[in-house]
Amino acid sequence: MGSLIRAITDGVLGGGVYGLMAVGLTLIFGVLDIINIAQGILVVLGAYLTYVLWAHLHIDQFLGLLITIPGMFILGVAIQYLFIRPLRGRERTSMSLLACYSVAIIIEGILYQIFGSNYVSINDYWTSPQATVQIFGYYLPYIYLLGFALAVVSVMAIYLMLYRTQFGRSVRATMQDHTAARLVGIDVNRVAAVTFGIGVAVTAAGGMVFGSLNAFNPNTGYDLISRLLAIVILGGMGSIGGALGAAVLMITLESLVDVYWNPEWSVVVFYAVLVAVLVFRPQGLFGRKEARAQ
Amino acid sequence: MKPAAIWRAAGLVVLVGAAAVIPLAKNVTVTHVGVFVLLYVGAAVGWNIFSGFTGYISLGAAVFFGVGVYTVALISKHLDLVGGVVFALYPLAGLAAAVVAVPFGLVALRVRRHTFVVVTIAIFFIFQFMASNFSWTGGVSGIFPPFLDWDPNTFDMPFYYTALVVAVASAVLAWAIWGSRFGLQLRAIRDDEDRARGLGVKTMRVKLTAFVISGFIIGILGGLYFYFQSEALPEYAFNPFFDLTVALMAFIGGFGTLSGPIFGALLLEPYLGYAQYQVTNAYVAEIVLGALFLVVIIFLPRGILPTAGEKLTALAAGWQRRAASRDTGPPPGTPGSPAGAAAAGSTASTGPAP
Repeated sequence: MGSLIRAITDGVLGGGVYGLMAVGLTLIFGVLDIINIAQGILVVLGAYLTYVLWAHLHIDQFLGLLITIPGMFILGVAIQYLFIRPLRGRERTSMSLLACYSVAIIIEGILYQIFGSNYVSINDYWTSPQATVQIFGYYLPYIYLLGFALAVVSVMAIYLMLYRTQFGRSVRATMQDHTAARLVGIDVNRVAAVTFGIGVAVTAAGGMVFGSLNAFNPNTGYDLISRLLAIVILGGMGSIGGALGAAVLMITLESLVDVYWNPEWSVVVFYAVLVAVLVFRPQGLFGRKEARAQ
Repeated sequence: MKPAAIWRAAGLVVLVGAAAVIPLAKNVTVTHVGVFVLLYVGAAVGWNIFSGFTGYISLGAAVFFGVGVYTVALISKHLDLVGGVVFALYPLAGLAAAVVAVPFGLVALRVRRHTFVVVTIAIFFIFQFMASNFSWTGGVSGIFPPFLDWDPNTFDMPFYYTALVVAVASAVLAWAIWGSRFGLQLRAIRDDEDRARGLGVKTMRVKLTAFVISGFIIGILGGLYFYFQSEALPEYAFNPFFDLTVALMAFIGGFGTLSGPIFGALLLEPYLGYAQYQVTNAYVAEIVLGALFLVVIIFLPRGILPTAGEKLTALAAGWQRRAASRDTGPPPGTPGSPAGAAAAGSTASTGPAP
């Protein structure tokens, strides 16, 4: 019983963090109709930025977000402006995938060049043995709770931005219909750039928490992006609530398999569930039918 | 034959001729890299037969490759095969990959566009994890072939020529498919799948057939890889880098064209193969590869060959028009809109792209 509660707690709290990263991905998809395959390595980059600020400049990992989030936002806007905006025409979908992949391998190469392939992790006060809270008879590091809280606050902020501001209204209009949005005077290019920036900025927060919970190296990005893609597809492309729900569901499932069966196979179960769901519901668990239209 | 076909045939003959004499230089490094180049030419052409013609971007080509590797590995492990007989196993590797392609395709081809891409990635990872976790695949320590006591100086030769045969055969097959009724059905799916279905194309059957053909070709190459590299390891047999490199080659050369994938592989793989020898700069090689592709995207958005072709056509049209206007004066009704600019401009579609 104790291990069941532990598995579910780990799954839900960890799932919240994956949910945050997946929300960035699904937001970018909804507005720009592209998959940012670089999201995984950007999370790793966010983790390394926090790591550098903490290990070399001794800045607290949560305070460091004040620097890394704007930094990642600017990077996102730059990527969109330079490499995504020029793409036009029928091959845009596939070209954008490969453009994002190119960005990803460039970042990966640079990270390897600077940090090498050794695993590092962020071991600030928040992950230390002193900073734990006892729940159901076992010790939970603060970072789990704080990371989950950070994820919830960030997703809430994105949600409020989307549904309570004028800019959010433009974003939703652009998601629904590009041409109509342009016709009513929305600067679709600006919306796309800012959305891409926001989608990338969440990786700073996601990466900070991820890097505190796991050891990482530049290669970790592949594992991350494949999980995030599975989550986003399962949640229904472009659906923010779906991404959150799917993230919590999948990470909980993974941690249950981890505890009750075999850690080796938890990842296979993860992808097998994705394939099985898509056989019966090609639009994902929470997606609308349009997701299938070409 | 049409002029284009003659040019194509001539180009193919020149390339094959050049490829056939390269090993005669007896440079072990060149031949070794050459095997990889030919392997990637074949894989890119095979990938393009499905993904390029139908527009479904598959990032699961390594599934077929890995299945081919493991088919040959398992057979040779149980029968302890050495000597020339190993080359007889390659069709079996292709067959095994083709068999795997059927359920793979039946699941993945139900969804389109981004979702299809992600499903192929997911299935790829399932295969990779199976290869590293089943006991009969040797797990993470993989399978190693019986020792081949061939002369190291000429060790690569048989692999080189086999790869050459496979690459040429798949290029010819792609050419045959392109102009056939089947090829037209594939391209109709790429342009508008729903309309193609409305016009009577059995879309699922056609897509699946192309998927299986592409799996067969890539599977054979996987079989070849096993004895050539003397290993079947999960992370190299099912390699995500393979998926992306093959797609990248087809895109750089020209996605969905006949010669594009060949050109892309010939351009990229010598560089990548050479970079493997420069282990100290492996990451720099990666950065250069990414930067190269971004440059192609920005300046040649449809790949090198199609864009270059359009530029040439536009140039030729411009010359003809200028020559014509010298003779008869400017034709009425078309001031300031040169045909060349119109031809080049037709590439930029007016789709809703932010």
